[in-house]
Amino acid sequence: MAEKYIARSSAIAARMLGGEMMVMSTTDSTFFTLNEVATVIWQAADGRTPLSEIVANKICQEFDVDQECAQRGADRFVDELSRHGIVLVSEHPLINSSTLLESR
Amino acid sequence: MSLLSEMNQRALDLGVPLSVHLDLTYRCNERCVHCYLDHDDHGEMTTAEITNLLVQLADAGVFFLSLSGGEVFMRRDFFEILEKARQLLFNVKVKTNGVMIREVEAARLRQLGVEQVQISVYSHRPEVHDAITKLPGSLARTIRAVRFLKSQGLKVSLSNVVINANFADQRGVMMLARELGAEYALDPTITPKLDGDTSILALRLPGAELKQIFHNPELVGNVEEFCAAPPPPGEDIMQGFPCSAGHTACYISPYGDVFPCVQFPLPSGNVRRQKFLDIWRHSAQLKQVRSIRAKDLTTCSTCAHVGTCTRCPGLAYMEGNMHGPSSADCEKSFQRTGIPSANMLARGRTRSADALIQINPSPTHLSSATLL
Repeated sequence: MAEKYIARSSAIAARMLGGEMMVMSTTDSTFFTLNEVATVIWQAADGRTPLSEIVANKICQEFDVDQECAQRGADRFVDELSRHGIVLVSEHPLINSSTLLESR
Repeated sequence: MSLLSEMNQRALDLGVPLSVHLDLTYRCNERCVHCYLDHDDHGEMTTAEITNLLVQLADAGVFFLSLSGGEVFMRRDFFEILEKARQLLFNVKVKTNGVMIREVEAARLRQLGVEQVQISVYSHRPEVHDAITKLPGSLARTIRAVRFLKSQGLKVSLSNVVINANFADQRGVMMLARELGAEYALDPTITPKLDGDTSILALRLPGAELKQIFHNPELVGNVEEFCAAPPPPGEDIMQGFPCSAGHTACYISPYGDVFPCVQFPLPSGNVRRQKFLDIWRHSAQLKQVRSIRAKDLTTCSTCAHVGTCTRCPGLAYMEGNMHGPSSADCEKSFQRTGIPSANMLARGRTRSADALIQINPSPTHLSSATLL
């Protein structure tokens, strides 16, 4: 299976609130809250790190879940967010995508 | 409860300022007859000060940021400020008259991911709109701006402040919004000037016209439901607080002054002298605002409308008592439901007494007047 690279879209607003990340698309005003695991993936979405690496290094280690299960969840999460334009997905690194964004 | 309502409740529980209205300048290229601001620069925050403030606001948890004025495009550094705000991932709404927006500005707003542009429009007729803004040609330029913004795919809302001079054109503005593909928002609120001058309150819509608005299904939807008599308030209502001002929202002036809301001129600190979060958490004024519950309100706590009134604590403050009624909202509740507020009933008795005092009667008249 091809590797996935994910980057946060610039057309979003986001803020941490009480341990959850609020994310809103400025394109269609879709509003999401991300749980702790999803927030870690979203914050690591720099366009350069493969999703599998994010899952292995961030999710499996920090949340004590097996790689296969975590990867399935991450794929579903990324598909959902990409449908709303919240993250960009590519088989190649997305070098310039998130450089302007400061996630807090 | 919607997800957004849940976030609001969580912000309230955590004491997070979810929304901030930041006026970048009071300077303006229009001179609207109902405006509450002066238009001089008394020492606006610099670009660096605003950039620093934005970082503080992001760290404090602010998500919704309204950039307004004055006219925001009067600041040459507006896009620099907006770019920083978007880097910090605020959900940004820009309030403007649109006069200075052309294709280039519209494209930049789109590129920076502004959530919505709110534009003031007073009439669909230039002779009325331009007479209110006192800027010849302003309606044509504003409509042109809306078209540029819409061509970029931006969300635009026409904000229609309605006063006695443009009431007849309210539907015309609504139709204009529809034609332009913009949202429409009507606002009949006129506030005293920041220096306390109340002369512009004479521009407020009279009661009969407010009543027409509240009974217009195009504006309120189900009139029967919207204008229904208020249900008796439960304990949750009496323990509730009046609005988000000072609870999950606040206002910051171009000079760095912090207030509970743009309509609530209670000075609560200045970000040039203190960190924003220190003001938000420790200001005695904000703490006072937060301490007020419906049960504590003078007169309003006994009013039938207490649970449904749009009572603005800022307008009440400008009338002299933040715990007291806001007469403009009493009028709205009355015109909506036909039921006088507790404040109106009290004032009605006061007015009768005033009338008696104004009479300089002969002894015969005095005896009959005393009976009233």
